[in-house]
Amino acid sequence: MSLIQAIDLAVDYAQAAVLNDINFHISAGEIVTIVGPNGSGKSTLIRALLGVVKPSRGSVRRQPGLRIGYIPQKLAIDSAMPLTVSRFLSLPKRPPKYEMEQVLTRVGAEGLYERQMTTLSGGQFQRVLLARALMGMPDILILDEPTQGLDQPGVAAFYQLIDDLRQEIGCAILLVSHDLHVVMSASDRVICLNGHVCCEGSPQVVSAAPEYREMFGIGTKGALALYRHEHDHHHDHDTHKEDENA
Amino acid sequence: MLDDFLVRAALAGVGLSLATGPLGAFVVWRRMAYFGDTIAHAAILGVAISLAFSASIFLGTLAIAVLVGLIALGLERRGRSMDSALGVLSYSALALGLVAISFVKGTRVDLSAFLFGDILTVSVMQLGLIWAGSCVVLALLLWRWSSMLTATLNEELAASAGINPDRERLVLILALAVVVALALKIVGALLIGAMLIIPAAAARGIARTPEVMAGVAILIGMFASVVGVIAAGITDAPAGPSIVVAAAVAFGVSLLLRFPEK
Repeated sequence: MSLIQAIDLAVDYAQAAVLNDINFHISAGEIVTIVGPNGSGKSTLIRALLGVVKPSRGSVRRQPGLRIGYIPQKLAIDSAMPLTVSRFLSLPKRPPKYEMEQVLTRVGAEGLYERQMTTLSGGQFQRVLLARALMGMPDILILDEPTQGLDQPGVAAFYQLIDDLRQEIGCAILLVSHDLHVVMSASDRVICLNGHVCCEGSPQVVSAAPEYREMFGIGTKGALALYRHEHDHHHDHDTHKEDENA
Repeated sequence: MLDDFLVRAALAGVGLSLATGPLGAFVVWRRMAYFGDTIAHAAILGVAISLAFSASIFLGTLAIAVLVGLIALGLERRGRSMDSALGVLSYSALALGLVAISFVKGTRVDLSAFLFGDILTVSVMQLGLIWAGSCVVLALLLWRWSSMLTATLNEELAASAGINPDRERLVLILALAVVVALALKIVGALLIGAMLIIPAAAARGIARTPEVMAGVAILIGMFASVVGVIAAGITDAPAGPSIVVAAAVAFGVSLLLRFPEK
């Protein structure tokens, strides 16, 4: 059974259709990436899958008792709200302290336990968001453009960490991204979105699809070539990761 | 002890602070200051309707506050420009209320009592109502605390944890409406927003967690109520505005005590 399934989903905002005829599912342990240009409804799809926006037509089904670890696209914490990292990890339910420290250490954010959220650097903040998503062993991680504001080595290190964690926990991953060359490599399936599902399939299939090339204007030197390039320099990322932790 | 009108007045402010402290914190975090003002201004329309139908002023203002809160919520959900929409709603309700009150025949109405509060004439009955209402609001906020806090931070984050952000927002609006109806007697429609925002803003500088901020806001509200009423008793100044001035002084002091962020 699918963890989350959307059937003939449509979402309208102010009478204008944002999403149309979306059929989507993600199974346990699967990695699915959604790509699409700005305004293609990627974030709206995530909001519909989470249940924040109601479908105008069609339906969304989540497996009963599904544990979702969500990393938002942006989390603007108002400077008016004092919030320590430990308090943030306790929202909405407080886990035991050793568990919080364990997860923080795992994502490379050790020692931040007592810090104020507003004083963290971009990379630290992202790791704390990931730590919160991992609390309580999620069945699925949903990441909406999780690397905005990170530099290139930071992005690579972050995805490496996600990949490692998935192998440890075995959770499914639903990723929205425009870092095409990075995300393509590990995905089981790629969904190309532009208000509707343009094309769908393995990274190889999608990157060869005319719809995809038309949308992103990528010729034969498409995402796969970039992906291979990324893969060649794997050890580089580990070095950067250590740098960032130092 | 309750025979002394100054004691009753101070106790009324202290009781109200139990609700305005944590509620004010949410108003500050969610940047709903103008939203709160809109509901508060609309209370004047509630007063007019209560007078016209000889109904309880508390119930009349509560009904209108809930109604205006729900209208504002509906506008927000439709994605209208909130700033101007709230402005239209706020001032229309206030002006309509002022006009309507002038048409109410028979009783001579002291308008300033509703605009700036009339805390020194608070009766034992009203005192009981203020405490009971504030405790209900406080209990409601404590019950929903964690969910509301998560929803305030990020709607998607809340939804992923099984929280319905729309429901939490509705709870907040209802709590706001109750507090507006309670606070009308104490600081009046024009200064209710001040009782929500100033103690919470003052607490921000010396708090490291949301809970501490809400707790400190309660204490500052209580302190301002007592000091304001005493000062009003000595100087014959109007009590409602004196309470707000005391809160503003506390805010000034908090700026000096501000915690260094680390």
